[in-house]
Amino acid sequence: MNTTLNRRSFLKASALTGGGLVIGFNWFAGCQPAVDPLAPVGAWSEINAFLKIAENGIVTIMSPNPEIGQNVKTSMPMIVAEELDVDWKHVIVEQAGLDTVKFSRQIAGGSQSIRQSWAGLRKAGATARHMLVEAAAQRLEVPASELTTSLGVITHAGSKRSVGYGDVASAAALLPVPENAPLKEAKDFTIVGTSRKNVDAPKIVQGEPLYGMDFKRDGMLIAMAEHPPAFGMTVKSVDAAAAKAMPGIVDVITVNTRPDGFQAQWSDVTAFPELVVVLGRSTWEVMKAKKALVIEWETTSPLENSAGHTAGLAGLLSAGKAEVARRDGNPEAAFRTAAKVIDRTFSAPFLAHNTMEPMNFFAHVTADRAELIGPIQTPEPLRKSVSQLLSMPEDKISIHLTRMGGGFGRRLYGNFGMEAAAISKAAGAPIKLIYTREDDMTQGTYRPAYQVRYRAALDANNNLIAFHVRGAGISESPVFANRFPAGTVDNYLAENVVLASNVSTGAWRAPRSNFIAGAEQAFIDELAEAAGKDPIAFRLELFDRAMTNPVGTDNDYDASRMAGVLKLARDKSGWDATPAGVARGVSVYYCHNSYVAQVLDLTMNGSQPVIEKVWCAIDCGIVVNPDAALNQIEGGIVDGIGHAMYGAITLADGRPEQRNFDAYRLIRNAEAPKAVEAFFVDNGIDPTGLGEPSLPPVSGALANAIAKATGKRLYSQPFAPALEGLELPSAVG
Amino acid sequence: MASYSLNVNGKRHQVDVESDTPLLWVLRDHLNLTGTKFGCGVAQCGACTVHLDGTAVRSCSTPISTVGDMAVTTIEGLSDDGSHPVQQAWLEHDVPQCGYCQAGQIMTAVAFLKTNPSPTDEAIEQAMNGNLCRCGTYLRIRAAVKTASSHL
Repeated sequence: MNTTLNRRSFLKASALTGGGLVIGFNWFAGCQPAVDPLAPVGAWSEINAFLKIAENGIVTIMSPNPEIGQNVKTSMPMIVAEELDVDWKHVIVEQAGLDTVKFSRQIAGGSQSIRQSWAGLRKAGATARHMLVEAAAQRLEVPASELTTSLGVITHAGSKRSVGYGDVASAAALLPVPENAPLKEAKDFTIVGTSRKNVDAPKIVQGEPLYGMDFKRDGMLIAMAEHPPAFGMTVKSVDAAAAKAMPGIVDVITVNTRPDGFQAQWSDVTAFPELVVVLGRSTWEVMKAKKALVIEWETTSPLENSAGHTAGLAGLLSAGKAEVARRDGNPEAAFRTAAKVIDRTFSAPFLAHNTMEPMNFFAHVTADRAELIGPIQTPEPLRKSVSQLLSMPEDKISIHLTRMGGGFGRRLYGNFGMEAAAISKAAGAPIKLIYTREDDMTQGTYRPAYQVRYRAALDANNNLIAFHVRGAGISESPVFANRFPAGTVDNYLAENVVLASNVSTGAWRAPRSNFIAGAEQAFIDELAEAAGKDPIAFRLELFDRAMTNPVGTDNDYDASRMAGVLKLARDKSGWDATPAGVARGVSVYYCHNSYVAQVLDLTMNGSQPVIEKVWCAIDCGIVVNPDAALNQIEGGIVDGIGHAMYGAITLADGRPEQRNFDAYRLIRNAEAPKAVEAFFVDNGIDPTGLGEPSLPPVSGALANAIAKATGKRLYSQPFAPALEGLELPSAVG
Repeated sequence: MASYSLNVNGKRHQVDVESDTPLLWVLRDHLNLTGTKFGCGVAQCGACTVHLDGTAVRSCSTPISTVGDMAVTTIEGLSDDGSHPVQQAWLEHDVPQCGYCQAGQIMTAVAFLKTNPSPTDEAIEQAMNGNLCRCGTYLRIRAAVKTASSHL
């Protein structure tokens, strides 16, 4: 195989088996620090994605990043097609199975897919175009400078001759890789910045089998697992006689995904390593037999209660030591001189991820190899853990990714994949593990339960002179010490404290931000009120301070972009002219490298709000696919409102009290905002996160609007139960 | 174990299953029609929605013994090629994100529009209220139902 490598740009070209051109490139080129151009490059070590141009002209991106509904399968081809000058419909994304020889760092999370792939995809597309044009120049015996490209065709206007990309792809593979193929200027984009429809939508609306849950293999057994009913319990004994005697049942076994000496990594989260597993021929038969299991549980660590968690977190906020994450000036002295001190505590419960597709995985483990297929955001760590679990080398384990029926962070933690592997090994058969909704909702990996206490000091002129935030959580603090309002106030203290628990937790869409944004923005609103200032004007004053005379040097947000989105939301919503009968709230937040400001209008229907409209201003750099971006924004807003209003997992004697959607309330169609309007800041900056940033601030805008409507500020999520029975004023707005 | 003769998407099928087996699992496990999704198993999320004689039902909570001669229509039976006006409206509004709930949403919408071909916005919200979408595509679902109503 002929292979040429451009060391400086980490691009690599080779001939495609069967004819064509392959460009290997680095997916994460956009977020890596400048690399020493003289550093030695392992043959493929910096290459983790591929662009293939076949002789039929079809362009394939081998994407290492899984699709979880964020629509990267559509947006990424658009970026390649832009630089390559090919019809974007001729660019397809092939979901690469896990292959750490070819790909490194395969993951979907942190709203990073487009941000990280942007530079790499553009460079790969531009490089391929350059090499194809060179090959065409040799073929047509004309200077490359006389050739133009459009829709996958290279044309020599002078001689009225043209060749397709596919015609010269094999020849291009023999050419040297150019040092710096020129990229287009953003003003010349014709695909990026235009709305293109989800390439998988036709399959979705026809119900084609895309998901792990739909996967089938001949001879496969269905497996379902019973985990202990409470955090703090383990399996003591199993009487499986009745279950085994039921029709279609093949076996009942016990598996353990944490054998002695197992070295857990970050993605290995489970409160219940030992499981009782029913194996059978069909799902319903296994479901019924699972209910017939007679299991005796034993308590091995304390059975916790939500009331205890609430009191424990509150105790950590009011007394005792905490880790100091940031300290500016002398907060204690400033508080002593304050004219006013506002002191508020906010809280939110555990949340389940509740992906609509419950956890599942296919596994076929034999003596010398293991095949895994299913929905996982982190295939590489999963393989590592499975390798350890099975005592099998990683190169004997393959993992294929299916489309995911939702992620929201849950599928970062691949315990269900490990469970599938352990079950298949023990059963000696190919199996598909399926969680029931109850299994899924009660097994933990929850969004941490959080509390945060804010104290702020105003001087006699209503200037903010000190700010103190202490965050607590099970099992992490929600505080980002260097985000707003850090940098805007001379005396600042940020502290973290953690409450230990046997309840397992994990990342949930926009980790920490999903709670802290709403709490902070509700508190800032109350400060504005105490200072007698307009909520937006008050925030802008603080941003102005951070722009003109920032406190500290490591503030990790750009105050001018914060102010930019807030002004945009203010102007688009007509902030100064609230319609009669409407209560209005505002919120602004930075996360995942993007800036979002929201104005939310609501009316009250009895004790409950009706969200009339959300105006959302967002600065996420260049928007690749505007309508798809709007879809993500709408979804984040609905998600944020829904969980702030209704979401909660509570525990009684270690047992989750919500087991299915009859008890765990998810937002429904009629409760979603009547309208969402989004406004993108057009600044030409490379794309930043979009899958998460619209979610965090909306709970703040909601709380602030509810305060306007009801005269009551809400400090504890979920809001809906707190609103029931509230004495409401007769008029709002 | 009992034998059932089912009319699914216009075709006859014989299945031998326990009488309490939900229609959902007969479709998914025995007839390989996996477009109908498992979401909750307790008729709360709507991912498993199919039609019995044109009426939307939750197949996870419909025992096979109650289906009888009623015509079962699943997402696969709505059209051969995705050309049903409701499917087309879903594409026009680019509704899906993860997509897992959307077959159930579409089946609910199709049955609803048969009973109310020119619905108000409020009627659409109420009709679609039983189908959860964790990605939060509710605004687009409403818009797609509205568009479909003008094309039916």
